[in-house]
Amino acid sequence: MSLALSPEEQAIAAGRDGAAMAMRIVAESARLLGAPRLIRIASAHIDGALYHGDSGTLFAERLVEGGAKVAVRATLNVGALDLMGCSRIRLEEPQRGMARRMMEAYRKLGCEQSWTCAPYQAGHRPAQGSDVAWGESNAVVFCNSVLGARTNRYGDFLDIACAITGRAPDYGLHRPENRRARLVFEVSGLSPSFLASEIAWPVLGSLYGREVGNAVGVVTGVAGHPGEDALKAFGAAAASSGAVGLFHIAGVTPEAPDVETILAGPEPEAVIRVTRQMVAKARSGLSTAAAAKAIDAVAIGSPHLSSTEFEMLERLIAGRRLAVPIYACTGRHVLGLLERDGRRNRLEASGVVIVADTCVVVTPIMPELAGGVLMTNSGKFAHYAPGNTGYAVLYASLADCVESAIAGKPLFTDIAA
Amino acid sequence: MSAAAEILVPGKTGEGEALVLTAPISFWGGVDPKTGRIADVRHPQHGEVISGRVLFLPGTIGSSSASAVLMELVHNGRAPAALVLHEPDAILLLGLIVAREMGWETPMAVRLGRDVFETFRGTSVKIGEDGDLAVAA
Repeated sequence: MSLALSPEEQAIAAGRDGAAMAMRIVAESARLLGAPRLIRIASAHIDGALYHGDSGTLFAERLVEGGAKVAVRATLNVGALDLMGCSRIRLEEPQRGMARRMMEAYRKLGCEQSWTCAPYQAGHRPAQGSDVAWGESNAVVFCNSVLGARTNRYGDFLDIACAITGRAPDYGLHRPENRRARLVFEVSGLSPSFLASEIAWPVLGSLYGREVGNAVGVVTGVAGHPGEDALKAFGAAAASSGAVGLFHIAGVTPEAPDVETILAGPEPEAVIRVTRQMVAKARSGLSTAAAAKAIDAVAIGSPHLSSTEFEMLERLIAGRRLAVPIYACTGRHVLGLLERDGRRNRLEASGVVIVADTCVVVTPIMPELAGGVLMTNSGKFAHYAPGNTGYAVLYASLADCVESAIAGKPLFTDIAA
Repeated sequence: MSAAAEILVPGKTGEGEALVLTAPISFWGGVDPKTGRIADVRHPQHGEVISGRVLFLPGTIGSSSASAVLMELVHNGRAPAALVLHEPDAILLLGLIVAREMGWETPMAVRLGRDVFETFRGTSVKIGEDGDLAVAA
């Protein structure tokens, strides 16, 4: 099936301005994907404003020069700089200037200055069943799975091109038949106390991603709604260990009131029965420095911390002084709340380094440290920190991260699966 | 020796030493955009340079920023001489599509059956205007 553009789309693509360039990019992608047409989208979340090199900055500036503007609501994912000035970014010139020009170009295109990888907790929540074009793997999986809006994984350049045209290729997870589950991921063999613990969801997400790859699966055996922050952690971990774009949890997520409704056929193609051994292995696989005697830092907030997660952090620290810093990554939507009631000052006085608009694995923030050890409660940080920061990682619950930061050495509470 | 290939993204004709990858690669984090060197230590062709080569790709994995890395390679003059793919990879090839929109000279990307990749190993390959591959004399 070949791509058919409407007369209006053809006329836009034939132009010489930024909108024409965006339309040609969307149409060329649609052709490569084998999409028969373009569909209208309700919103976009743009991951393309993170600096990887000068060519990306020049592309965004070309769109600005061509007078392009986003046609739909478009929030921005993290950039390479902390524009709020909470933390010091070690990016040198000329890269620093090019990263700033890139962020500025996306602002001029009409994107919202959200600078967060958790736009869904910053007021951007598209309606169930609506088509959108979102980038950033954790945002994509949350949007599809928890909100029930429809998006594929839109990468650099295509995300902003979709936002400018207000259109996306009609393929993949935009089509209802591709959203049904083919695999079952059964967790009822795990203890209720483990499932209720904070570490359950990042660990299960990491295991889920590795087991299902890019297939759509449904998690069964979950007794009640684990809370939005738990689903956020599950999706982020699953999207880093596998190419997961959509998951369902029977009785929890909107498209899966029960298993039967969401399965693609009368029987699943496979049932993955999760055992305690599988969980123990997935959990130890998140750490690369199991024998570490000391830690150099703690990083939390991938995806960006919610206000509720900051409340938990403050409660766990309980006014004590940290021996090593806790880098707490968040968006400016939460920073405002923290500043309003003095929480930011209290946290910083304890030794917490708040990082806004960006995070510690996408831009240099933590000191370069040969043999450095980083503790985290994020499955996504655990996955990317060794490659992107050079630190070895230890995975632990938030409570253990806080106690370890106070002691300066790893302290673990046993939570059996 | 020659093979007919389908043009996925048009570009300039080229010639280069074949580099047949034996495992899928993630461009983001896997290829250095400044040097074109394969930086992923777990990749079997780690240390090889893709710039100026006719690159046979058995598949790509990982981040959707692959397009940004390929475009950065083009912009830095470190792109492969041509890309040969088993199937179209919309995320990677977007790097070429956008570079063309920017008016930069890009290599051609063509589609060829994976079973033919090996016949080009160790040869110098020429890509014609019609996308066909031939071993250079």
